[in-house]
Amino acid sequence: MPNPTRIEINCETGVESIIELTDAEVAEMTYAAELAAEKKAEEDAKAASDATAKAALLVKLGITADEAKLLLA
Amino acid sequence: MANTFELIASSTVGSGGASTVSFTSISSSYTDLCLKMSMANNTASWVDWYIQFNSSTSSYTDKLVYTGNGSSASSTSDSGIQPRTPLSTQAWMNAEIYIPNYAGSTNKSVSLDQGWSRNASGNGSTFTGLLAGLWSNTAAITSIQIVPTSGNIVQYSTAYLYGVKNA
Repeated sequence: MPNPTRIEINCETGVESIIELTDAEVAEMTYAAELAAEKKAEEDAKAASDATAKAALLVKLGITADEAKLLLA
Repeated sequence: MANTFELIASSTVGSGGASTVSFTSISSSYTDLCLKMSMANNTASWVDWYIQFNSSTSSYTDKLVYTGNGSSASSTSDSGIQPRTPLSTQAWMNAEIYIPNYAGSTNKSVSLDQGWSRNASGNGSTFTGLLAGLWSNTAAITSIQIVPTSGNIVQYSTAYLYGVKNA
């Protein structure tokens, strides 16, 4: 199976080239995707944690989210 | 204020898709650059995009605010200016990136606006985003890379690079 390709447009000549990625470039791309997925998972975990903490705080204060918005407006 | 707007080059992704789209050998004869893109990715889940300069993967900072899903969020990045399509396959993103003083010897500021939607119906199927970014590098920008964080850019995706002159 051939490697994925990339498109490169030379703005000086106007020539567009379709270039097959090298094995090293494919490996680099895979690694970058893994890093991005890890970062996304961390962001999602933090968002979930923040949402849980926010809900707990609202319960503790005995107010709704809308009432909290009013307080902060 | 800019008074000319000239197409430098453009690209439409073909049937095989592409991992990245790059504009190289960009002339320094303009004042600013403007990149307009309409792209989708074949990844089955979320995907972010990096806009990189001179193939650099470092020294970027950005802040993105997006809305449309009932909430808002922001992010920072160090691997590229980072618009987002936080949805599933075939979430088409339209974005315009403005890069003033791209050939100067100071750090490069960037502004970006974007909108995106997905094919599937349901809550939160359209989004808008605004981004302010900085590439802390004093080199003149001579190339721009559009890089999804995973998967391939799909057929019919387009990118147009314009040069803007003040005089």
